[in-house]
Amino acid sequence: MKVLFLAHTEDGGSLGKAACEALGAAKGLGGDLTVGLYGAEVQAGADGIAACGAAKFLGVAGAEFATARYGSDAAACEAIAKAAGADVIVMPATSRASRVAAGVGLRLGAAVDTRLTGLAVEGGKVVATRWFYRQRMVGKIERDAQPWLVTVDTGCFEAVSAPGTASVEMLAVSATSRTTITGIKSPAADAQTIRPEAKLLLVAGAGWGKSQAGGVKRLDEASQLILGLLGATQCSLGSSKSLVDQSGEGGALPFLTHMHQVGQTGSTPRHQKGLATCCHGEEPHVVGWRFINERRAINLDASCGWAQGKADVLYVADAFAVVNKVVELLK
Amino acid sequence: MKGLQIVVLGSIVPDPLQTLEPIVGPTGPALKNEMMLPAVLDPWAGHALYEAANLAKKVEGKVFLVALGPKAKLQQVMMNVAQKVPFEIVVLDGPAGGFTDAVETAKALAAGVEKIPGLDKSRLLIFGGWQSASRGTGAVLQMVGEMLGITDQFQGVDEIKMSEDGSFSVLERIEGGSYQQSTCQGAPAVLGWATGNLPEPPNNPQVGMANMRLIMPALQKAAPAPLGGEGLRFQSVEVPSQRRETRIVKNASVDDIAREIADWIRA
Repeated sequence: MKVLFLAHTEDGGSLGKAACEALGAAKGLGGDLTVGLYGAEVQAGADGIAACGAAKFLGVAGAEFATARYGSDAAACEAIAKAAGADVIVMPATSRASRVAAGVGLRLGAAVDTRLTGLAVEGGKVVATRWFYRQRMVGKIERDAQPWLVTVDTGCFEAVSAPGTASVEMLAVSATSRTTITGIKSPAADAQTIRPEAKLLLVAGAGWGKSQAGGVKRLDEASQLILGLLGATQCSLGSSKSLVDQSGEGGALPFLTHMHQVGQTGSTPRHQKGLATCCHGEEPHVVGWRFINERRAINLDASCGWAQGKADVLYVADAFAVVNKVVELLK
Repeated sequence: MKGLQIVVLGSIVPDPLQTLEPIVGPTGPALKNEMMLPAVLDPWAGHALYEAANLAKKVEGKVFLVALGPKAKLQQVMMNVAQKVPFEIVVLDGPAGGFTDAVETAKALAAGVEKIPGLDKSRLLIFGGWQSASRGTGAVLQMVGEMLGITDQFQGVDEIKMSEDGSFSVLERIEGGSYQQSTCQGAPAVLGWATGNLPEPPNNPQVGMANMRLIMPALQKAAPAPLGGEGLRFQSVEVPSQRRETRIVKNASVDDIAREIADWIRA
């Protein structure tokens, strides 16, 4: 079996963590490994994994491949994949690779499966594991078709680091596009977002925006408490859809956007710990917690969704009071 | 640019509040009581549809929805969706579940797009969700674009701004809460939408009446689109064991709860 590990390089030409993990997935298949890299520069990336056991290193490099643009990235991937002639092509599920993987697969006449969480050879066949219906069920699949192009999720495979000096065979690819990348718009340094490197995910639910005892909304206080906990723990901030929707209508916390949404229509972050506050723990929200290992929740309702086997600990208490005290203790 | 043709690709998914259970059907895995489960328009397809309608209003364009799904279920869902924004529909009668193959789905949808009367690819924008609540591969839009010869593609889009000359700028989600900003010289292009920025439009019975005059005939002449799943085999599909032994802490003081949480966070 011929296996191609195909990835883009980052700024400076090195490989990112997600790419090194995808290489781990490709190596795990045990076939004849070829490495294909594309980007502005590829030598540094190839050197970082030179001793990974690959028989060949292929590369496409140049200024036109520096940014994540469909037309140029797809042309680079297509050229590398055709030169490699692999049976299985493994790519990382980064935003850049995910943007082109399926289109490249179609150009190659390949079967395509994305966001795999497992990839192994079982009984002489390649078996892929992925989730369906927003992490509600997990399946194992096989394919007859070759090539088979897959992307693998981050955090599921061991990253490979095998530095050395690689000899990269550079391919000439011309790429024209009507699209121009004009820049990256990053959140302000103090903006609170879902940050994958944080240990703790704090999720703010709709209760923060609802009327409290006395029939009064305490939005300013809610904002201060949430931001205070974020400041004290450097944790990642997520939200339920209902609170984000309230915020979008100007009715709740102004720093929440759809980018914070966790669950059925939001993200599925991977953090060691998750703390849900004022969130009812209904299934459409909790599917976003599939990969959170330790889960705790604060809610006034002792029979809320978290109590139904979805959290390790449910504290039946007023989140305003508890979070205030937690912030004091952590300062 | 005036007169854009915005084709939204989207289908239906089970209502997210429903409990989903996989079963083995005659052609592979399926959902238990799939045809009985209440369905909704896929959330990302919904965002794409509302953004399409918003853009069409600005550029005097037209919105088409190409939907692949069981037509009886599509009819139920369209009774509600039709009241949101004006569009015409092309119905492909086939499976809409999560266990279908992305390439087969893309082929059916691309054929559906090609069937749109008066399709002008120089004015064509393909919209859809960058993910779905069923299979969630994020693959179909790219493939449809390739099949239609469109190589200006954007995924995770939250914003599009059109210029007078037909060019447009796009914000695409990337890692770390950032956006990649791009400009494109104009249609044709493929845009896979994240959530966008628009709320769900309120129901408008007049829009619904106008839409349904076109939707009902389209449903009646829905083209069959069987998806065979050739070469795709499922070894297993299961709901993972996820029930935790929840410890419920009641009647504890705020101080005790806060101390326990603080210790847990620090650990």
